[in-house]
Amino acid sequence: MLKFKINDQEVEALPEWTVLEAAREKGIHIPTLCYHEAVGPSGACRLCVVEVVEGNWSKVVISCMYPVKEGITVFTDSARVKNVRRWILEMLLAECPASKEIQTLAAEYGIKNSRFSIKNPEEQCMLCGLCVRVCREVVGVSAITTVGRGVHKVIGTPFRKPSEACVACGSCVTVCPTGAMQTRLDAVRGPVDAHKS
Amino acid sequence: MAQSQLAEQENGMRIQSIEALDALRQDILAHQDPKRPILIVCHGTGCLANGSPKVSDALRKAIAKAGFQAKVMPGIKTTGCHGFCSRGPLVIIKPAGLFYQQVKAGDAEEIVNTTLIKGDPVERLLYRDPNTKEPIPLEKEIPFYKHQQRVILRNIGKVDPTDIHDTIAAGGYQALAKTLTTFSPEEVISVVEKSGLRGRGGAGFPTGRKWRSAVAAKQKRGGPVYLVCNGDEGDPGAFMDRTIMEGDPHAVLEGMIIGAYALGCNQGFIYVRAEYPIAIKHLIIAMDQARAMGLLGQNILGTGFNFDIQINRGAGAFVCGESTALFTSIEGRAGEPRPKYVRSVEEGLWGKPTVLNNVETWANVPIIIEKGADWYNQIGVPNSTGTKVFSLVGKVNNVGLVEVPMGIPLGKIVEKIGGGVPGGEPFKAVQTGGPSGGCIPYALKEVAVDFDSLTKAGSMMGSGGMIVMDRRDCVVDVARYFLKFLEEESCGKCLPCRLGITRMREMLDTFSQGRGNKQDLDDLMGLAEAIQDGSLCALGGSAPNPVLTTVKYFKDEYLVHIEQQRCPAGVCKDLITYHIDSEKCTGCMVCARNCPQKCISGERKNPHQIEAETCIRCGICMDSCKFEAVQVS
Ligand SMILES: Cc1cc2nc3c(=O)[nH]c(=O)nc-3n(C[C@H](O)[C@H](O)[C@H](O)COP(=O)(O)O)c2cc1C
Ligand code: SF4
Ligand code: SF4
Ligand code: FES
Ligand code: FES
Repeated sequence: MLKFKINDQEVEALPEWTVLEAAREKGIHIPTLCYHEAVGPSGACRLCVVEVVEGNWSKVVISCMYPVKEGITVFTDSARVKNVRRWILEMLLAECPASKEIQTLAAEYGIKNSRFSIKNPEEQCMLCGLCVRVCREVVGVSAITTVGRGVHKVIGTPFRKPSEACVACGSCVTVCPTGAMQTRLDAVRGPVDAHKS
Repeated sequence: MAQSQLAEQENGMRIQSIEALDALRQDILAHQDPKRPILIVCHGTGCLANGSPKVSDALRKAIAKAGFQAKVMPGIKTTGCHGFCSRGPLVIIKPAGLFYQQVKAGDAEEIVNTTLIKGDPVERLLYRDPNTKEPIPLEKEIPFYKHQQRVILRNIGKVDPTDIHDTIAAGGYQALAKTLTTFSPEEVISVVEKSGLRGRGGAGFPTGRKWRSAVAAKQKRGGPVYLVCNGDEGDPGAFMDRTIMEGDPHAVLEGMIIGAYALGCNQGFIYVRAEYPIAIKHLIIAMDQARAMGLLGQNILGTGFNFDIQINRGAGAFVCGESTALFTSIEGRAGEPRPKYVRSVEEGLWGKPTVLNNVETWANVPIIIEKGADWYNQIGVPNSTGTKVFSLVGKVNNVGLVEVPMGIPLGKIVEKIGGGVPGGEPFKAVQTGGPSGGCIPYALKEVAVDFDSLTKAGSMMGSGGMIVMDRRDCVVDVARYFLKFLEEESCGKCLPCRLGITRMREMLDTFSQGRGNKQDLDDLMGLAEAIQDGSLCALGGSAPNPVLTTVKYFKDEYLVHIEQQRCPAGVCKDLITYHIDSEKCTGCMVCARNCPQKCISGERKNPHQIEAETCIRCGICMDSCKFEAVQVS
């Protein structure tokens, strides 16, 4: 067992744990979006950031992938952490304005409005990629994937054609943290192109 | 051809021992006549584009026609970039070192007749000092070259990169021979460590320490260690690494072979962006020749050491230069970064210990081995030893590739080597470090160009881009330019970068339209910090730098945009109007003729006026007026 601190609490962890796992074990809440026990982490949403202090330096890292280490101190609510979280949530409100889940989460952290312009009022997806990972890693069929790069990236089917690989298990819908996959599953199976319109 | 014959032929070319390499070099040198005139024609990318192949053809024909005796027949050599591309095509005449610029095929006969036969310079091809207009005939006397210290570029522009004999004559592979005969792998690492060499690809990580960690990881984990050369070079306007790969590919190969020996590595990779076809071609030629001579591949120089290199073509995405994205790309997957909480010296390519170094870093290795760590330490400043190659572009008289000792004042590069801003006014700022770097104002012109000082100034060394700006450049616009570039280049994997860069750019858009307020500026700083702290890789992590440094050093200019809806540099279109100063206007009508909107009116020899409603603020009138009568407010 390794010993370190989260905020003011002493915690213990197995060497292979991440900071997030150690925090959850102890009942300390860290918000996450793209993390799910069933699949490997990807580090996409960055909502789970924490500040790690070791000796006389500190840095902001993602708790869902950062390995625990003896003697470090982890802050889950420092000014830098709050600043990252605030801006991620404010940007998400404008990015997936149709997602109730995102609105609830943002409100929990005191963010009700976004200063940013909304491009698509219907949008729910935040491109966390959980659906893709579940389909590949758990279901094992890779019916969905990310298409395009950067700002043009969307969740879709390979070559943007309806996927025959999809077994309609609905796992993607279950893991989706924003509710976006609910409306998308039809497109994955159905006759129309699956894309973020 | 029978197998045995083939083998024999190959063996015939192979250098079987260190002594044989030295003998070959002596032999090549003995057959060279130091007095024989050689016309060096630059075949770097810039000069090629300006027609240098026609120049070398024409010179060849002119020499053949002039009827020299075979004994004194002048030679022609084509080389990589000399760095002064804005003056190309360049022709240098050795041994004197006469420098001809902007040479055309039509000049060939005159060069042969006047210079080679009569021994006189062709006056109109000489470089002239932009201020005094005095000709400066010799390459080494030209200020652009005089204030440089060309260590890494020493052979570029001198050797023919497609002929390994030329490189060997210039001392190539001597450091490899020295390594294999006198150093243990541990000693090589120790020399590199003592030299203080730091990575030239951006972050400035100490190279020797990186190598030592990889050796430790290899011992801990067993299995292979890989070695990779990063030639992705994606910064807009940067061409340092391209020039090295094109002009002196053997320096990169030799550095890698020495590194491989130190690391106990048998397989290396060079990742080159596909947009660099000449670099790829020259590397392939160099590797083929090095293999044929026994300098690369199996049993190098007869010592039993095996190491080979493979070239991977980059897909052209800026983010593929990032270490973890580069590895996934070599492995054949989409080049997306992954969190680096385990360092790539431990888990890099295919999860194996991997050393990734930049092209210029590798090219530093042979000279360090050849001349020793103490010699190297004398160049530059403590903590930033050696030289650094920069591409100097923007509002500067001498645009080109320059190499200077680390620690040189920034102003000296711009003013002495670059010849300052056209027109003679002081520069406004210099962007160093590319899109991830920052903007350094004129007030800091004495800042030492080394890793730590640039970082302290809020910028960074980066890979060596240097963009000079003058008073006609608007800092808000400059910051927007870099954000736009990064917006397109973000891989989109992590949220702060994918969404945040666009949002920062949108905030700057409002400033440049005069719509922002002071609170927005504070919010922009908060968002910038969130992106720095929250992004997955250094692309997002450093994306706010141009914004942060321009706000730090030019806050007033931001405030003028926000509070007075004015753009002092006259760039932000929504905030400017053009008008004509009736005192200065001579009524020459040039502006009226050039105006695409035809909204300038006035009689010949009488002051003109601009009709504000129709004006689209393109600035063509201002650029075309010889009397500075068109003004912006
Ligand atoms: C977005 C991004 C792009 C990069 N592009 C390059 C590049 O084109 N060439 C390069 O050598 N290093 C590049 N780097 C830095 C590399 O990740 C790495 O630090 C470097 O190649 C290590 O070599 P060095 O220690 O010799 O500098 C880039 C880094 C980032 C974050
Ligand atoms: S559909 Fe849902 S799970 Fe899939 S990327 Fe979008 S938000 Fe994530
Ligand atoms: S910081 Fe940008 S480039 Fe890097 S992983 Fe995140 S989205 Fe991709
Ligand atoms: S939950 Fe850790 S990055 Fe998304
Ligand atoms: S290409 Fe000829 S000087 Fe650069």
